[in-house]
Amino acid sequence: MGSNILTICYLIASVTFIIGLKMLSNPVSARKGNLLAAFGMGIAIIGTIFLYENEGHRLHNYAWIFGGLLVGGIIGTLAAKKVKMTAMPEMVSMFNGMGGACAALISIVEFNHLSKELADGTKNVDAAQPIVLIIVLGLIIGSVSFAGSMIAWGKLNGKVKDLSFTGQNILNLMILGLALAAGAYLVIDPTQSFLLYTILILSLVYGVFFVMPIGGADMPVVISLLNSFTGVAAACGGFLYDNKVMLTGGILVGAAGTLLTILMCKAMNRSLQNVLIGSFGGNKTAGATGSKDQGHYKEVSLADAAMLMSYANKVMIVPGYGLAVAQAQHVCHELEKILGEKGVEVKYAIHPVAGRMPGHMNVLLAEADVSYEKLLEMEDANDEFKTCDVVLILGANDVVNPAAKNDPASPIYGMPILEVELAKNVIVNKRSMKPGYAGIENDLFFQPKTSMLFGDAKKVLQDLCAEVKLV
Amino acid sequence: MILMIFVGIEVIGRVPSVLHTPLMSGANAIHGVVVIGAIIIMGKAEADNYLALVLGFLAVVLGTLNVVGGFVVTDRMLEMFKKKK
Repeated sequence: MGSNILTICYLIASVTFIIGLKMLSNPVSARKGNLLAAFGMGIAIIGTIFLYENEGHRLHNYAWIFGGLLVGGIIGTLAAKKVKMTAMPEMVSMFNGMGGACAALISIVEFNHLSKELADGTKNVDAAQPIVLIIVLGLIIGSVSFAGSMIAWGKLNGKVKDLSFTGQNILNLMILGLALAAGAYLVIDPTQSFLLYTILILSLVYGVFFVMPIGGADMPVVISLLNSFTGVAAACGGFLYDNKVMLTGGILVGAAGTLLTILMCKAMNRSLQNVLIGSFGGNKTAGATGSKDQGHYKEVSLADAAMLMSYANKVMIVPGYGLAVAQAQHVCHELEKILGEKGVEVKYAIHPVAGRMPGHMNVLLAEADVSYEKLLEMEDANDEFKTCDVVLILGANDVVNPAAKNDPASPIYGMPILEVELAKNVIVNKRSMKPGYAGIENDLFFQPKTSMLFGDAKKVLQDLCAEVKLV
Repeated sequence: MILMIFVGIEVIGRVPSVLHTPLMSGANAIHGVVVIGAIIIMGKAEADNYLALVLGFLAVVLGTLNVVGGFVVTDRMLEMFKKKK
């Protein structure tokens, strides 16, 4: 009877995961979808604690279990609530790592249990082998995910630098190969317990080396990939206990996560392989071909820029990574308000991959209390550029680079961009003429309607505010 | 199980890119279901099996962090969408 109710609990939970995830892909239902999945998770957890039966025995050690849930719950809630919005991807990575570590620990404990059964004869080797296989897979995948996620967290934090050396890819593959070989050996001879710890260490090292060379800007893709890894690790745990809800949740996330990773790559117009392996090789070649004639660009003074914008009817702001780095979103909002008071219509054009994660600019501007109605998605913004008097580009580069439309040899060719050249005037704010993330030149800067306004976004915006007030 | 793979793929069908990050975060929370395995370990552990008790406890804490942290972070990201079209 108890196990039937538990089966129903797991079924309800599984359904909430599926529906919840589906609802998460739509802005209107997203928040409710999240709550729904959380609710289902709660049911699965409570059900397991009170109704789970293994060979007729219910679970005990309630104090430990509730203690663990409480500790994890309190720390998790505090950490999630207190973190700054712009640190979101790091947190996702950290929590992903926690899940991976959990899966790895499960493998370790279960292997220990299995070793005892082998030693005292409760199980023979043949029966143990399939279990060892699942344990090994869960351990490797969970550990790689944990180690990789922690490095990703460090990278987004700025604490971990990029590290690459020649032969890196080969070394990585060798480490992975060793781990898999040790795993295979262990499956064949489960009594060689020390191999488990060998696998653990090799997997952790592989996880670190896997993420190390990848640039911070590509982290969201990597995190998404590691996310699906942890899903698979959870599914391994599900196989271990023939637990339907773990299987469902794990495989669902494994599949959805993989697809999401591919989608993210498409939005950047780069292949996954390019992201994981080409981060240094790829950019070097891009830099080399980009060193053609610098061309002539114009600069505009603060006073002139202020004048131009104050007398404009419509100004479109294009925020980019530079705005985030300078943490200038609040000053940007200030400028928007001052211009608004002068009767200027100000809107924001948000490119899907502007910044360092999808939705980065949205979060940044939301934090500065910019009104949501003013943020235009790319298609809508592109319709409005032709009626704009001034476009102010704040630290965005590749998303407004015409090479994406015109130059088939360009690494960003094919990526849809914001068509700022349709406006009457374009003012570009950057710190210098150095290339952006893609490492290529941007012809926009040399076009007749464009002028450059060099400086840190925050300083420039502050000065612009002062100048506009004087106009 | 194969069904789940298809469901997973179908669910991601058409996601606006601005939702990529919250979706990733939500999926992240869901794979926290691995905590159930940790609960089972803890629940089965005999009183003298210190390895299972300690590692199990740690696993429960980590798994719970994944679940709770994951759902709360996702909710915070989605708070922004309250006024969205």
